[in-house]
Amino acid sequence: MKRLVYGILPLFILAGCAPQKQTGKPTITVWHWMTDRESAFQELAKKYEAKTGVKVNFELYAPSDAYSQKVRAAAQGVNLPDIFGILGEKRDFASFVKAGHILDLTPYMEENLGDWKNKFFAKALEVNEFAADNSYGVKPGIYGVPIDIMTIQMVYNKDLFKKLGLNPNRPPATFAEFLEIGNKIKAANMQGMVSGWGEVWMIDCLANNYAFNIMGKDKVIATIKGEVPYTDPDWIKVLSLFKEMQDSGVLATGLVTMINKNAEQLFANGKAVFAFNGSWCVNVYRGMDPNLNYGAMLPPKASDKYPMSIWGGAGSSFMVNGRSKNKEEAVKFLRWLTDRDQQAYLSEATRNLPANKESTSKISPVLAQFASGMEYATHPNVWGVSEFSPVIEAFDKGIQSIIIGEKTPEQIAAEVQKTKERELAKAKKRQNR
Amino acid sequence: MKFKSTLENYVFVLPAVLIFLIFYIIPFIWVFQLGLYDWDGILPTKTFVGMGNFIEILTDKIWWQSMANAGYITLIALTLQNALAFLLAWACDREIRMKNFYRVIFFIPPVLSEVVVGLVWQWILDGNYGLLNHWLITLGFPNLARNWLSDPKTALTVVAVVHSWKGFGWGFLIFLAGLQTIPRELYEAARVDGANAWYSFRKITVPLMIPVAVLVAILTVLGTMQAFVLIIAMTGGGPAYHTQVPVLRILASMRGSSRFGYACAQGISFGIILMAISFIQYRFSKQSRQT
Repeated sequence: MKRLVYGILPLFILAGCAPQKQTGKPTITVWHWMTDRESAFQELAKKYEAKTGVKVNFELYAPSDAYSQKVRAAAQGVNLPDIFGILGEKRDFASFVKAGHILDLTPYMEENLGDWKNKFFAKALEVNEFAADNSYGVKPGIYGVPIDIMTIQMVYNKDLFKKLGLNPNRPPATFAEFLEIGNKIKAANMQGMVSGWGEVWMIDCLANNYAFNIMGKDKVIATIKGEVPYTDPDWIKVLSLFKEMQDSGVLATGLVTMINKNAEQLFANGKAVFAFNGSWCVNVYRGMDPNLNYGAMLPPKASDKYPMSIWGGAGSSFMVNGRSKNKEEAVKFLRWLTDRDQQAYLSEATRNLPANKESTSKISPVLAQFASGMEYATHPNVWGVSEFSPVIEAFDKGIQSIIIGEKTPEQIAAEVQKTKERELAKAKKRQNR
Repeated sequence: MKFKSTLENYVFVLPAVLIFLIFYIIPFIWVFQLGLYDWDGILPTKTFVGMGNFIEILTDKIWWQSMANAGYITLIALTLQNALAFLLAWACDREIRMKNFYRVIFFIPPVLSEVVVGLVWQWILDGNYGLLNHWLITLGFPNLARNWLSDPKTALTVVAVVHSWKGFGWGFLIFLAGLQTIPRELYEAARVDGANAWYSFRKITVPLMIPVAVLVAILTVLGTMQAFVLIIAMTGGGPAYHTQVPVLRILASMRGSSRFGYACAQGISFGIILMAISFIQYRFSKQSRQT
């Protein structure tokens, strides 16, 4: 018996350690976090396998926080899948590229006179691009493929507008009109604007929109570079807008700890007049109330000096693992995924805006309103410089403090500037090391 | 023979030692080592900063505010939560009707998911549509209705109370087990000697329950200082920094700022502080037992 065991055991060990037989066509693994797109992705994977014989495994890891952690851990272990997405700032994206985790897609994009590249909205591609002389030290090029696009704007409930005696087809165009509606909302004992401001990045988004409107892009960039202080009157004006909004009653109560899911529920249930949300909300609201009567609008401008800007561009993007042995197949799959028919299918199934310019014909009127905002779209990931995370945190948390009446805009501006100076000093020290 | 027996003993404990080494000691050393670097968690290169991260922690006001917030939640847990746990355990230890039913009921909150508890309480405490405000208004106290979770005056206390509600079941269980180990003869003898219930409680129950109370206190401090899931679900650490706790700061350094080295230094510092608190508690309890 013993001999039999000793004889068979090495065979099992050898069989276990032997490399798996290659079956010709590779299997591509894709990691993503998009719960709402999972079934559409699976459907497309089936179609792709039927067409090419290449199996595509879409693996969903949600929520996005958990996904983000998983991707970082896999990067540390050099164990990333063939295709994945990155959630985070441009600085993180740059680190992934510099660590060799992401393939430079420029040669593929520019093949056949830029055939693939020209299919996309320029702003969608811009988010995945590193320009020449970028401050991150990344070789210029395109490193990601946009799957869809998004804009973050305001939406308003047309039925509640009627109740307030307002014209449902004429949303407020100026900040003064917006505040005036706030007074009416307060008088009617309704809830004003809801949003996920407990998750702070959405506060940052609206504050940046107004910073662009009040002082223009150049001054915002100069502030990030440390050339203009946050105590500048224009920045105090931006911060003061939040106090004005709070005082007028245009902000819903409890906004500072509200998560976006709750904000979406409140708006979809007709309990809030406005919401500040991304174009993905069209799908969310439809799921909650298909008959919700609402429209999209740009945030009302606070100044005529500069145009109003909104955050937008690539909604979600996929990157190809630079170390993957299946990278050529992965690129081929992404090229197919972003073709007109697949993009139209994804857009229809998930009610997101397609990244492919040729696939926008079948979108709903509200989604078309979001799409029209693309001309005003910008995003921190295309500015070429990134603000220090502690500064962003101090700024966003500071706005929460203004809204709850704990601090004044001037106090917050001084605190943010102090954080900025500390971070600049640290960066200088790091450079000297 | 003796050597063989000793070797055999070592062989038996080896798996446990290895597991402890691989999953506790080596990661601890590794985390400490990472705390000496400036690293974003992605790039293969790290910059050595020595004790720089640890020195930065000393001047990080938000970190110390988060420590103070966790300390406040712990204080509420040590007093309100443990007093409630002890009183209920004491009541259930006595001959009351349906005591097994109460034992089950009191242990329900700890077995519920923290996220679920957080979301349910968020719904109850909602400023606009919450049940609590609804009841307050219905009962004729509209002035007391407020945005419990987004008001800086109430957010931390409310989080601490919900945390105590969620956690008192553990203390209840340990106190009950401790009470049941006290020999009944002691109470009977005291009664024969003419002691009333209060006197028996003071002279028998309290002294014999001190070791159990110390254990519960240490577990409460360690558990509460590290609480964060419930807080994420209820307030996300806001408004502003009013419900930030150390674990949320570590997460913010790691995920928000991509400062893995600093997050590791925060983790190590926090661990050392917790160990120091537990050690002080242990010494204190040892001293009080001796006296």
